[in-house]
This record gives sequence, structure tokens and C-alpha cells, in this order.
Amino acid sequence: MSPQELLKRSSFSELDARARARCLLDPESMRELLGAFDRIKSPWLAMQGITPQADDGVVVAKGTINGRPSVVIAIEGAYQGGSIGEVGGAKIATALNLAARDNRRGIPTSAIVLLETGGVRLQEANLGLAAIADIHSAIVDLRRYQPVIGIAVGTVGCYGGMSISAGLCSYLIASRETRLGLNGPAVIEQEAGINEFDARDKPFIWRFTGGEQRYLSKLVDAYVPDDSNEILATVTTLLSCGVPKRHRSDSYHEFLACLAEVDAGEQASPEAIRRIYRKGLEA
Amino acid sequence: MTTNNPGRGAFWLAQLTKHAGAEPGYPDSVRVVNASLAGQPARFIAVVPDPHNRFPRARNGEIGLTEGWEIARAVRETVAADQHHETRTPIIAVIDVPSQAYGLREEGFGIHQALAGAAAAYASARLEGHPVIGLIVGHAISGAFLAHGYQANRLIALHDPKIQIHAMGKQSAARITLRSVQALEKLAATIPPMAYDIESFASLGLLWRSLRLHNPDQPAATDIAAVTAALEDALADIRNLPDRGLGGRVSTKHRQATDTVRELLYRQWMDPVNQP
Repeated sequence: MSPQELLKRSSFSELDARARARCLLDPESMRELLGAFDRIKSPWLAMQGITPQADDGVVVAKGTINGRPSVVIAIEGAYQGGSIGEVGGAKIATALNLAARDNRRGIPTSAIVLLETGGVRLQEANLGLAAIADIHSAIVDLRRYQPVIGIAVGTVGCYGGMSISAGLCSYLIASRETRLGLNGPAVIEQEAGINEFDARDKPFIWRFTGGEQRYLSKLVDAYVPDDSNEILATVTTLLSCGVPKRHRSDSYHEFLACLAEVDAGEQASPEAIRRIYRKGLEA
Repeated sequence: MTTNNPGRGAFWLAQLTKHAGAEPGYPDSVRVVNASLAGQPARFIAVVPDPHNRFPRARNGEIGLTEGWEIARAVRETVAADQHHETRTPIIAVIDVPSQAYGLREEGFGIHQALAGAAAAYASARLEGHPVIGLIVGHAISGAFLAHGYQANRLIALHDPKIQIHAMGKQSAARITLRSVQALEKLAATIPPMAYDIESFASLGLLWRSLRLHNPDQPAATDIAAVTAALEDALADIRNLPDRGLGGRVSTKHRQATDTVRELLYRQWMDPVNQP
């Protein structure tokens, strides 16, 4: 991107969750549900000396995208690392369940989920994990009727149980700054040792889990610059594609064939991953 | 991470299926057994330790790349075979999983996608009308639990000190939350969702039933009969109630906020002023 282009673009990742939702929905169509003024916040944080937030870091906004009924669910990466607690998790799962219910009563609601999240909020551990299981269930239900589009944008990345949510989406959009992975770097280093994974080595982390690598190895569907208009255009295009013939998460046959190609005798390289998946996940 | 070798998963899988042979064609870490439950065919799935696993970070019963996708295959085969049958085969996840596999290979080749493969398979099976039961006999930790068991219609656990259910192992959880393990344990003692034990987990309302046995590691015939009976009850319960969601998970005083969110969000979603 040239400096001129950089100055002209309207950054998406610099927006907060609410502004990101507004930017995707048709003008005037946005209705935020269970917003900050409803003051449904985490009941578990104050007792641990952490300030709760009135929307628990999750924005649920109903409206239309290009005239189609949609719900945008945006996780606020700036609040507690976008972590999923009881309330925020229940907001996401319930919104997705209601969208699926809409479809069963003739309203073809689709969902866009903005995934800037570290995964389970460890201060609410088992309730966060349970909520994420509900989210998984709801995505698999809803995507039978309408696409569920995941957008991984923002420097927090998309981790933990919510990276599994990303893997369940009908389509996944990622930008250059984001990372997508199950286990956070510090956790891998803690569990497997620094020889396996050096959590301080940022270029190494992005080479394996950054948005570009994920796109080039076919684990995401669209790679976008950090530009609101481009992201909206990509969402609109993917929505018009409808439900994919087969979801990425349902392609066990192809993935197992690819894994059989992996040389487990040597450590993985970004090049080998791209080579194997680009060949095996052709479809 | 400790494992109770050869693992309670393998042990209980054998007890519940009368030592029936595993289906061929699966790796040693994913044991798939077809056996009967309540006189009907059922598929039992367990992930077990495999010291020779070709992925070294998945040798202690962790769910790695292969395990995630092989679970998906085991579940989806059952769904495909029943496509034209009115009665859908029950699927039982026997759960003793210490964690997902932590490694560079795993991240690079997209272990999140492999776990999504497993979770999607279980959730799809449930939505297609297959009764899915999760039986926790040991550890049920983090992504491994999300991939293997958490999508079940009903969750049953042994009520036993060796049961651990959590979002992350203790050492890592301490590091990420910038606390010492001692501080974490102290908090966990007063905050039920942060605890690792079965008693605290049961208080969250996510279990359909928990079972006290005389000795889960050396069960008497009555212990095995009690677990089998619980699985049969769960099966009957699922078949009686048409709900294919996760509605079997009731709300308790420790999960009241979830109820509040569901009620209010439903009301606001349906409100005429919020229609597009």
C-alpha cells in the first residue's frame, strides 16, 4: 500500500466493535440489542478485582446488509482481550440461535461474526467454555440455512475456542494483522517448551498463523486489506454466494489425505503447509 | 500434563462395550467401537494415549490434528449410514482428554480446523436426530472437550476426585492471567466456574447426571451396570424429548446471567421496533 492509499483508506481495525458493526450494516438499519444501557455485565469479574463493562465486550446488532436481514456480532478486542465470558458468550450464542429460528419461520437472516478474541475468559473459565460450546452448536445450526461469515481482523487475533468457531463458519475473512490459531503462543511455550515455540518471536508467529499464511494455505476464504469498504464489499459478495456446497469443517476426507502427506519426522515450515494444503484442498 | 495410563477412556470404553473389538482403519489414538446400548446398535468413540503417535505432541491422549479429523470421520460415517433410517444410531463420546495438542506443527496445519471438524460432526449428528451422549470419566479440558463431547445432547460425569473439567491446564491458566498457581487455586475455591473439580462443575447445571461409583478404576459389576443404566436413561430421555439443541443444560444459581441474556435478547429481537 502506498502512503497515499494508506491515507485514503478507512481503517476497519481501528474502529471499535460497535463502529465495525455499524460500518457493515446498511445505513440507518442498525438496531443494537442488549446494548450497554441494558447493563447486563459479567457477575464474576468484580469479585476478582476486574472492572466489568456494561455490554461485556460483545455488540449484537440487527439490521440489513445490501437489503438482506442480518445480525452482526462484534467482539470488542480492546476489552479483556476480547475474551468470552458467561454474558458475552450467551449474547453471541443466543443471537445466532435466534437467527436460525428466524430462518425456520421464513426470515432468511444471516450472521457476520467479528472475531477479535483470545477465546475463553479464564476468570469465568468453565462458563466461558460452556458458552463457546453453545456458540459452536448455534453456528452449525444456522449455517444450514444462511451463511455465517467470520471476520478475523484486529491485532488480538482469533484464538482458543473461538478459533474453532472460525473454523465452523461458512466463510472466513482475514486481514494481514490478524492471527488465527488454537493455542496462544505463550500457552504453547508454557506447555511444550521454548524449543517448540518461542512466544517472543513475532515474525515467526505471523509466518505460521498470520492472515496471509492462512489464506495462502486455504484455511481462510478471503484476504483483505484493513479497509472498511473492501471488507464490506467482500462480505456482500460472500453473502450472495449463499451456503457453500460443503463447509470447510466437513471436509475430513481432504484434510486426512493432506495430513498423510506431512513428514512428521521434521518440523513444519510455512512453505510445506502451503504446498500440501494448496494441492490437497483444491476443490 | 498427567495422564492415567493407559487411560480411563480406554478402560471405560472396554467396560461399556464388553471388550468388543475396535473398528479397523482408525489410528491407535482414536478408538471407535460399535456395540449395543439398550439393545440397539450404538457407536462409542474414545481418544486414548498412543505413545507411537506420529505427531509427538499428541502421544498422551491429547486431541491433535489426526484425532480431530478422525473423530469427524467416525461420527459422519454413522450419520451417512443412517441417512435413510428412521431410528438414528446413538453416538457416545467416552471422555478422558488431557488437552488439545500444543505444538508448532499443530498450529501450522490448523488444529483449530481439525477441532472444528470434530465439533461440527457431533453437532450435525445431533441436529440430524442422532442421540449424542458425552460420558466424562477423567479429564475434560479446553479445546479437547469442545471437540469431543461438549456437543452432546446430554453430559454425564463420574463423581470422583480424578475428574477435572476446565478451560485450560492450571500452569498455563496461571501464566495467562498473571497469577501464581497458588493464587489461582485460592480463587478457584471461591468462584465455581474457575474450579477444576466435579462438584463445582455440577453446580453450573451443565451435567445431566453425575454418578458416584465405589471405585471407578476397579469397578464392581454394579458400578458398570450403573453407568450403563445412566447411558440408557439418557438415551430414552433424548428420544422422548424432541429438542435437538443443547436444551438439556439447565440453569442454576451459578448460571443466572445466561438466563437473563436469553430472555432479554429474545424479547428485544422480536420487538417490532427492531425489525429490519
